[in-house]
Amino acid sequence: MTTEMAEPASRIDLAPGIGGGGEIPSFDITLRVRRYNPEVSAEPAWDEFSLTMYGTDRVLDALHKVKWEQDGTLSFRRSCAHGVCGSDAMRINGRNRLACKTLLKDLDTSKPIIVEPIKGLPVEKDLIVDMEPFFQSYREIMPFLISKGHEPTKERLQSAEERERFDDTTKCILCAACTSSCPVFWTDGQYFGPAAIVNAHRFIFDSRDDAGDMRLEILNDKEGVWRCRTVFNCTDACPRGIQVTKAISEVKQAILNRKI
Amino acid sequence: MSATIETPRSGRIAPQYRRSKGNGGSFEMIAWLFMRLSGIVLVVLIFGHLFVNLMVGQGIHAIDFGFVAGKWASPFWQVWDLAMLWLAMLHGSNGVRTIINDYAERNATRMWLKGILYAAAAVIVILGTLVIFTFNPCPVVNGVPLPGGFCPAP
Repeated sequence: MTTEMAEPASRIDLAPGIGGGGEIPSFDITLRVRRYNPEVSAEPAWDEFSLTMYGTDRVLDALHKVKWEQDGTLSFRRSCAHGVCGSDAMRINGRNRLACKTLLKDLDTSKPIIVEPIKGLPVEKDLIVDMEPFFQSYREIMPFLISKGHEPTKERLQSAEERERFDDTTKCILCAACTSSCPVFWTDGQYFGPAAIVNAHRFIFDSRDDAGDMRLEILNDKEGVWRCRTVFNCTDACPRGIQVTKAISEVKQAILNRKI
Repeated sequence: MSATIETPRSGRIAPQYRRSKGNGGSFEMIAWLFMRLSGIVLVVLIFGHLFVNLMVGQGIHAIDFGFVAGKWASPFWQVWDLAMLWLAMLHGSNGVRTIINDYAERNATRMWLKGILYAAAAVIVILGTLVIFTFNPCPVVNGVPLPGGFCPAP
Protein backbone atom coordinates (compact mmCIF):
# COMPACT_ATOMS: atom_id res chain seq x y z
CA MET A 1 0.00 0.00 0.00
CA THR A 2 1.41 3.33 -0.99
CA THR A 3 1.40 6.18 1.35
CA GLU A 4 -0.28 9.20 -0.07
CA MET A 5 1.80 12.28 -0.39
CA ALA A 6 0.43 15.31 1.28
CA GLU A 7 -0.95 17.58 -1.36
CA PRO A 8 0.68 21.02 -1.47
CA ALA A 9 -1.51 23.84 -0.46
CA SER A 10 -3.29 25.27 -3.48
CA ARG A 11 -3.82 28.55 -1.79
CA ILE A 12 -1.36 30.50 0.25
CA ASP A 13 -2.52 33.37 2.34
CA LEU A 14 -0.12 36.26 2.31
CA ALA A 15 0.15 38.70 5.12
CA PRO A 16 -1.13 42.11 4.09
CA GLY A 17 1.59 44.22 2.49
CA ILE A 18 3.58 41.24 1.22
CA GLY A 19 3.65 40.38 -2.46
CA GLY A 20 2.05 42.23 -5.32
CA GLY A 21 3.42 45.36 -6.89
CA GLY A 22 1.14 47.79 -5.15
CA GLU A 23 -0.97 50.26 -7.07
CA ILE A 24 -0.25 50.30 -10.82
CA PRO A 25 0.32 53.88 -11.89
CA SER A 26 -2.15 55.22 -14.43
CA PHE A 27 -1.75 58.08 -16.85
CA ASP A 28 -3.61 59.79 -19.66
CA ILE A 29 -2.43 59.42 -23.22
CA THR A 30 -3.46 60.67 -26.62
CA LEU A 31 -3.32 58.17 -29.43
CA ARG A 32 -3.06 59.57 -32.98
CA VAL A 33 -3.98 56.86 -35.44
CA ARG A 34 -3.71 57.07 -39.21
CA ARG A 35 -7.08 55.93 -40.51
CA TYR A 36 -7.88 54.83 -44.04
CA ASN A 37 -11.10 53.38 -45.32
CA PRO A 38 -11.35 53.11 -49.10
CA GLU A 39 -15.14 52.68 -48.84
CA VAL A 40 -15.49 56.13 -47.29
CA SER A 41 -12.63 58.20 -48.64
CA ALA A 42 -9.61 57.64 -50.83
CA GLU A 43 -7.63 59.95 -48.55
CA PRO A 44 -6.16 58.78 -45.25
CA ALA A 45 -6.99 60.86 -42.18
CA TRP A 46 -5.73 61.17 -38.59
CA ASP A 47 -7.94 60.37 -35.60
CA GLU A 48 -7.13 61.21 -32.00
CA PHE A 49 -8.27 59.21 -28.99
CA SER A 50 -7.84 60.16 -25.34
CA LEU A 51 -7.40 57.24 -22.99
CA THR A 52 -6.50 56.52 -19.40
CA MET A 53 -4.01 53.68 -19.41
CA TYR A 54 -1.89 51.86 -16.85
CA GLY A 55 1.83 51.35 -16.46
CA THR A 56 1.52 47.72 -17.49
CA ASP A 57 -0.30 48.51 -20.73
CA ARG A 58 1.13 48.22 -24.21
CA VAL A 59 0.23 50.11 -27.37
CA LEU A 60 -1.86 47.09 -28.34
CA ASP A 61 -3.92 47.49 -25.13
CA ALA A 62 -4.56 51.12 -26.06
CA LEU A 63 -5.71 50.06 -29.55
CA HIS A 64 -7.96 47.41 -27.97
CA LYS A 65 -9.44 49.96 -25.62
CA VAL A 66 -10.20 52.25 -28.55
CA LYS A 67 -11.74 49.44 -30.57
CA TRP A 68 -13.78 47.97 -27.72
CA GLU A 69 -14.90 51.15 -26.00
CA GLN A 70 -14.66 54.12 -28.36
CA ASP A 71 -14.58 53.31 -32.05
CA GLY A 72 -15.32 49.78 -33.22
CA THR A 73 -14.38 50.60 -36.80
CA LEU A 74 -10.66 50.83 -35.98
CA SER A 75 -8.96 47.96 -37.80
CA PHE A 76 -5.66 46.32 -37.03
CA ARG A 77 -4.16 42.84 -37.07
CA ARG A 78 -3.21 40.93 -33.97
CA SER A 79 -3.26 37.28 -33.06
CA CYS A 80 -1.22 36.10 -30.12
CA ALA A 81 -0.64 39.57 -28.61
CA HIS A 82 2.62 38.35 -27.07
CA GLY A 83 5.27 39.06 -29.68
CA VAL A 84 5.34 35.64 -31.30
CA CYS A 85 2.90 35.64 -34.21
CA GLY A 86 4.21 38.79 -35.90
CA SER A 87 0.78 40.16 -36.83
CA ASP A 88 0.85 43.59 -35.25
CA ALA A 89 3.94 45.29 -36.66
CA MET A 90 3.18 48.98 -37.03
CA ARG A 91 4.91 52.32 -37.11
CA ILE A 92 4.80 53.74 -33.60
CA ASN A 93 6.24 57.25 -33.18
CA GLY A 94 8.04 56.79 -36.50
CA ARG A 95 9.65 53.47 -35.61
CA ASN A 96 8.60 50.01 -36.73
CA ARG A 97 7.74 47.91 -33.72
CA LEU A 98 5.26 45.32 -32.50
CA ALA A 99 2.31 47.00 -30.77
CA CYS A 100 2.22 44.07 -28.33
CA LYS A 101 5.83 44.53 -27.26
CA THR A 102 5.84 48.30 -26.83
CA LEU A 103 4.94 49.49 -23.33
CA LEU A 104 3.19 52.84 -23.22
CA LYS A 105 5.29 53.93 -20.25
CA ASP A 106 8.42 53.63 -22.41
CA LEU A 107 7.04 56.18 -24.87
CA ASP A 108 6.75 59.91 -24.36
CA THR A 109 3.21 60.10 -22.97
CA SER A 110 3.25 63.91 -22.78
CA LYS A 111 2.88 64.02 -26.56
CA PRO A 112 0.39 62.16 -28.74
CA ILE A 113 1.53 58.64 -29.58
CA ILE A 114 1.49 58.33 -33.35
CA VAL A 115 0.45 54.98 -34.79
CA GLU A 116 0.64 54.34 -38.54
CA PRO A 117 0.59 51.27 -40.76
CA ILE A 118 4.02 49.96 -41.81
CA LYS A 119 5.40 51.76 -44.86
CA GLY A 120 6.02 50.49 -48.36
CA LEU A 121 3.12 48.03 -48.57
CA PRO A 122 -0.35 48.94 -49.86
CA VAL A 123 -2.70 49.91 -47.03
CA GLU A 124 -5.99 48.00 -47.05
CA LYS A 125 -7.70 49.57 -44.08
CA ASP A 126 -6.42 51.62 -41.13
CA LEU A 127 -3.39 49.72 -39.82
CA ILE A 128 -3.84 46.69 -42.07
CA VAL A 129 -1.54 46.42 -45.07
CA ASP A 130 -1.46 43.98 -47.95
CA MET A 131 1.34 41.56 -47.01
CA GLU A 132 1.18 39.66 -50.30
CA PRO A 133 4.26 41.32 -51.94
CA PHE A 134 6.21 40.61 -48.75
CA PHE A 135 5.22 36.94 -48.72
CA GLN A 136 5.84 36.62 -52.45
CA SER A 137 9.51 37.54 -51.89
CA TYR A 138 9.58 35.09 -48.99
CA ARG A 139 8.22 32.30 -51.19
CA GLU A 140 10.73 33.06 -53.93
CA ILE A 141 13.72 32.20 -51.76
CA MET A 142 12.24 28.73 -51.10
CA PRO A 143 12.00 28.77 -47.30
CA PHE A 144 11.96 25.01 -46.84
CA LEU A 145 14.51 22.22 -46.52
CA ILE A 146 15.74 20.87 -49.84
CA SER A 147 18.03 17.85 -49.61
CA LYS A 148 19.64 15.68 -52.24
CA GLY A 149 20.17 11.95 -52.05
CA HIS A 150 18.20 9.35 -50.16
CA GLU A 151 15.87 10.09 -47.34
CA PRO A 152 17.62 9.19 -44.11
CA THR A 153 15.97 6.52 -41.97
CA LYS A 154 16.48 8.58 -38.83
CA GLU A 155 16.61 12.27 -38.04
CA ARG A 156 19.14 14.48 -39.85
CA LEU A 157 21.90 15.05 -37.33
CA GLN A 158 23.77 18.28 -36.93
CA SER A 159 26.49 19.42 -34.54
CA ALA A 160 25.89 22.22 -32.06
CA GLU A 161 28.33 24.42 -34.02
CA GLU A 162 26.53 23.76 -37.31
CA ARG A 163 23.25 24.70 -35.67
CA GLU A 164 24.78 27.81 -34.12
CA ARG A 165 25.83 29.05 -37.58
CA PHE A 166 22.28 30.09 -38.51
CA ASP A 167 20.70 30.29 -35.07
CA ASP A 168 20.11 34.04 -35.22
CA THR A 169 18.06 33.93 -38.41
CA THR A 170 15.78 31.14 -37.16
CA LYS A 171 14.17 33.68 -34.84
CA CYS A 172 12.28 35.51 -37.61
CA ILE A 173 8.51 35.77 -37.10
CA LEU A 174 7.77 37.35 -40.51
CA CYS A 175 6.23 40.50 -39.04
CA ALA A 176 7.63 42.65 -41.91
CA ALA A 177 8.98 45.29 -39.52
CA CYS A 178 12.41 45.04 -41.18
CA THR A 179 11.33 45.04 -44.82
CA SER A 180 8.92 47.93 -44.27
CA SER A 181 11.63 49.98 -42.51
CA CYS A 182 14.03 49.67 -45.45
CA PRO A 183 14.34 52.88 -47.53
CA VAL A 184 15.31 50.85 -50.59
CA PHE A 185 12.08 48.85 -50.27
CA TRP A 186 10.04 52.06 -49.85
CA THR A 187 11.11 53.34 -53.29
CA ASP A 188 9.45 50.79 -55.52
CA GLY A 189 8.90 47.59 -53.54
CA GLN A 190 11.05 45.62 -55.98
CA TYR A 191 13.84 44.78 -53.52
CA PHE A 192 13.56 41.28 -52.01
CA GLY A 193 13.81 42.90 -48.60
CA PRO A 194 15.62 41.98 -45.39
CA ALA A 195 13.06 39.40 -44.24
CA ALA A 196 13.38 37.27 -47.37
CA ILE A 197 17.19 37.42 -47.16
CA VAL A 198 17.15 36.51 -43.46
CA ASN A 199 15.01 33.46 -44.20
CA ALA A 200 17.26 32.50 -47.12
CA HIS A 201 20.24 32.84 -44.77
CA ARG A 202 18.56 30.41 -42.38
CA PHE A 203 18.71 27.68 -45.07
CA ILE A 204 21.86 28.72 -46.95
CA PHE A 205 23.95 28.20 -43.82
CA ASP A 206 22.09 25.07 -42.67
CA SER A 207 24.40 22.06 -43.08
CA ARG A 208 21.41 19.79 -43.74
CA ASP A 209 20.24 21.81 -46.73
CA ASP A 210 21.57 21.26 -50.26
CA ALA A 211 19.96 24.12 -52.18
CA GLY A 212 22.15 26.95 -50.92
CA ASP A 213 23.50 27.57 -54.42
CA MET A 214 20.00 27.97 -55.83
CA ARG A 215 19.08 30.50 -53.15
CA LEU A 216 22.32 32.43 -53.64
CA GLU A 217 21.58 32.57 -57.38
CA ILE A 218 18.10 33.94 -56.64
CA LEU A 219 19.50 36.62 -54.33
CA ASN A 220 22.22 37.57 -56.85
CA ASP A 221 19.35 39.21 -58.78
CA LYS A 222 19.52 42.94 -59.46
CA GLU A 223 16.82 43.35 -56.80
CA GLY A 224 18.64 40.97 -54.46
CA VAL A 225 21.26 41.48 -51.76
CA TRP A 226 23.23 44.06 -53.77
CA ARG A 227 20.48 46.63 -53.25
CA CYS A 228 21.24 46.60 -49.52
CA ARG A 229 22.95 49.86 -48.56
CA THR A 230 23.69 48.76 -44.98
CA VAL A 231 21.38 51.41 -43.55
CA PHE A 232 20.77 49.21 -40.46
CA ASN A 233 17.08 50.24 -40.25
CA CYS A 234 16.17 46.55 -40.38
CA THR A 235 18.46 45.63 -37.50
CA ASP A 236 16.98 48.47 -35.43
CA ALA A 237 13.42 47.50 -36.31
CA CYS A 238 13.61 43.75 -35.68
CA PRO A 239 11.50 42.94 -32.60
CA ARG A 240 13.41 39.68 -32.21
CA GLY A 241 16.81 41.34 -32.15
CA ILE A 242 18.07 39.53 -35.25
CA GLN A 243 21.30 41.01 -36.63
CA VAL A 244 19.61 41.48 -40.01
CA THR A 245 22.24 43.62 -41.72
CA LYS A 246 24.94 41.17 -40.62
CA ALA A 247 22.96 38.27 -42.11
CA ILE A 248 22.60 40.16 -45.41
CA SER A 249 26.36 40.80 -45.45
CA GLU A 250 27.03 37.11 -44.87
CA VAL A 251 24.84 36.25 -47.84
CA LYS A 252 26.73 38.81 -49.97
CA GLN A 253 29.99 37.23 -48.86
CA ALA A 254 28.68 33.75 -49.70
CA ILE A 255 27.70 34.86 -53.21
CA LEU A 256 31.14 36.42 -53.75
CA ASN A 257 32.96 33.34 -52.44
CA ARG A 258 30.94 31.15 -54.75
CA LYS A 259 31.54 33.27 -57.85
CA ILE A 260 35.19 34.07 -57.32
CA MET B 1 -18.94 56.05 -52.57
CA SER B 2 -17.87 52.48 -52.55
CA ALA B 3 -14.63 50.92 -53.66
CA THR B 4 -14.18 47.42 -54.91
CA ILE B 5 -12.22 45.47 -52.37
CA GLU B 6 -10.60 42.31 -53.58
CA THR B 7 -10.83 39.08 -51.67
CA PRO B 8 -7.99 38.89 -49.20
CA ARG B 9 -5.28 36.30 -49.87
CA SER B 10 -6.46 35.64 -53.40
CA GLY B 11 -2.81 35.35 -54.40
CA ARG B 12 -2.85 38.50 -56.50
CA ILE B 13 0.02 40.91 -56.17
CA ALA B 14 -0.33 44.60 -56.86
CA PRO B 15 1.27 45.14 -60.30
CA GLN B 16 3.86 47.64 -59.06
CA TYR B 17 5.39 44.93 -56.86
CA ARG B 18 5.80 42.38 -59.63
CA ARG B 19 9.49 41.83 -60.12
CA SER B 20 10.66 41.65 -63.70
CA LYS B 21 12.52 38.39 -64.15
CA GLY B 22 16.22 38.84 -63.50
CA ASN B 23 18.34 39.81 -66.48
CA GLY B 24 20.81 37.18 -65.35
CA GLY B 25 24.49 37.89 -65.05
CA SER B 26 26.23 39.30 -62.05
CA PHE B 27 26.41 42.96 -63.02
CA GLU B 28 25.21 44.18 -59.64
CA MET B 29 27.71 41.95 -57.85
CA ILE B 30 30.58 43.22 -60.01
CA ALA B 31 29.43 46.81 -59.48
CA TRP B 32 29.33 46.25 -55.71
CA LEU B 33 32.79 44.69 -55.70
CA PHE B 34 34.17 47.43 -57.96
CA MET B 35 32.96 50.11 -55.53
CA ARG B 36 34.93 48.53 -52.68
CA LEU B 37 38.12 47.84 -54.61
CA SER B 38 38.21 51.14 -56.51
CA GLY B 39 37.55 52.93 -53.22
CA ILE B 40 40.65 51.42 -51.63
CA VAL B 41 42.83 52.19 -54.68
CA LEU B 42 41.43 55.75 -54.90
CA VAL B 43 42.40 56.50 -51.30
CA VAL B 44 46.05 55.77 -52.22
CA LEU B 45 45.90 57.57 -55.58
CA ILE B 46 44.15 60.72 -54.32
CA PHE B 47 46.22 61.18 -51.19
CA GLY B 48 49.39 60.51 -53.22
CA HIS B 49 48.23 63.12 -55.73
CA LEU B 50 47.46 65.68 -53.02
CA PHE B 51 50.75 65.04 -51.23
CA VAL B 52 52.89 65.40 -54.35
CA ASN B 53 51.06 68.46 -55.64
CA LEU B 54 50.50 70.40 -52.45
CA MET B 55 53.18 69.41 -49.96
CA VAL B 56 56.36 68.18 -51.62
CA GLY B 57 59.00 70.86 -52.32
CA GLN B 58 57.50 74.34 -52.55
CA GLY B 59 54.10 72.74 -52.29
CA ILE B 60 51.05 74.60 -53.48
CA HIS B 61 53.08 77.66 -54.56
CA ALA B 62 54.84 75.65 -57.24
CA ILE B 63 51.68 74.72 -59.11
CA ASP B 64 51.49 76.34 -62.53
CA PHE B 65 51.36 75.34 -66.17
CA GLY B 66 54.98 74.32 -66.08
CA PHE B 67 54.44 72.05 -63.07
CA VAL B 68 51.64 70.18 -64.82
CA ALA B 69 53.64 70.00 -68.03
CA GLY B 70 56.59 68.59 -66.13
CA LYS B 71 54.44 65.98 -64.44
CA TRP B 72 52.80 64.81 -67.62
CA ALA B 73 56.11 64.47 -69.36
CA SER B 74 56.63 61.39 -67.19
CA PRO B 75 54.73 58.20 -68.13
CA PHE B 76 54.46 57.40 -64.41
CA TRP B 77 52.27 60.42 -63.68
CA GLN B 78 50.35 59.90 -66.91
CA VAL B 79 49.37 56.42 -65.76
CA TRP B 80 48.71 57.68 -62.20
CA ASP B 81 46.38 60.42 -63.40
CA LEU B 82 44.71 58.15 -65.94
CA ALA B 83 43.97 55.57 -63.24
CA MET B 84 42.68 58.29 -60.96
CA LEU B 85 40.43 59.71 -63.69
CA TRP B 86 38.93 56.38 -64.71
CA LEU B 87 38.48 54.98 -61.23
CA ALA B 88 37.06 58.19 -59.79
CA MET B 89 34.65 58.67 -62.69
CA LEU B 90 33.42 55.07 -62.67
CA HIS B 91 33.23 55.00 -58.87
CA GLY B 92 31.34 58.29 -58.70
CA SER B 93 29.02 57.47 -61.61
CA ASN B 94 28.19 54.09 -60.16
CA GLY B 95 27.42 55.74 -56.83
CA VAL B 96 25.07 58.20 -58.48
CA ARG B 97 23.54 55.33 -60.47
CA THR B 98 22.62 53.52 -57.26
CA ILE B 99 21.23 56.75 -55.80
CA ILE B 100 19.04 57.18 -58.89
CA ASN B 101 17.90 53.56 -58.60
CA ASP B 102 17.05 54.08 -54.94
CA TYR B 103 15.29 57.42 -55.18
CA ALA B 104 13.68 57.73 -58.63
CA GLU B 105 10.23 56.25 -58.35
CA ARG B 106 9.17 56.11 -61.97
CA ASN B 107 10.94 54.10 -64.65
CA ALA B 108 10.90 57.02 -67.10
CA THR B 109 12.57 59.40 -64.60
CA ARG B 110 15.10 56.72 -63.82
CA MET B 111 15.91 56.18 -67.49
CA TRP B 112 16.37 59.88 -68.20
CA LEU B 113 18.53 60.58 -65.17
CA LYS B 114 20.73 57.59 -65.88
CA GLY B 115 21.00 58.55 -69.55
CA ILE B 116 22.22 62.04 -68.63
CA LEU B 117 24.60 60.55 -66.05
CA TYR B 118 26.15 58.07 -68.48
CA ALA B 119 26.53 60.73 -71.19
CA ALA B 120 28.23 63.15 -68.77
CA ALA B 121 30.54 60.45 -67.44
CA ALA B 122 31.49 59.32 -70.96
CA VAL B 123 32.29 62.89 -72.07
CA ILE B 124 34.50 63.55 -69.05
CA VAL B 125 36.34 60.22 -69.24
CA ILE B 126 37.01 60.50 -72.99
CA LEU B 127 38.02 64.16 -72.82
CA GLY B 128 40.26 63.58 -69.80
CA THR B 129 41.97 60.59 -71.39
CA LEU B 130 42.53 62.60 -74.55
CA VAL B 131 44.10 65.47 -72.60
CA ILE B 132 46.46 63.20 -70.65
CA PHE B 133 47.82 61.55 -73.80
CA THR B 134 47.79 64.44 -76.28
CA PHE B 135 48.94 67.14 -73.88
CA ASN B 136 51.46 69.38 -75.62
CA PRO B 137 53.38 71.71 -73.31
CA CYS B 138 54.61 73.78 -76.24
CA PRO B 139 51.77 74.49 -78.65
CA VAL B 140 53.03 76.01 -81.88
CA VAL B 141 50.73 77.85 -84.28
CA ASN B 142 52.13 78.81 -87.73
CA GLY B 143 55.65 78.24 -86.49
CA VAL B 144 55.22 80.63 -83.53
CA PRO B 145 55.01 79.17 -79.99
CA LEU B 146 51.91 80.37 -78.17
CA PRO B 147 52.56 82.64 -75.18
CA GLY B 148 52.49 80.79 -71.84
CA GLY B 149 53.75 77.64 -73.45
CA PHE B 150 56.46 75.57 -71.81
CA CYS B 151 58.96 75.10 -74.57
CA PRO B 152 62.47 73.67 -74.32
CA ALA B 153 65.11 76.35 -74.66
CA PRO B 154 66.19 76.63 -78.31
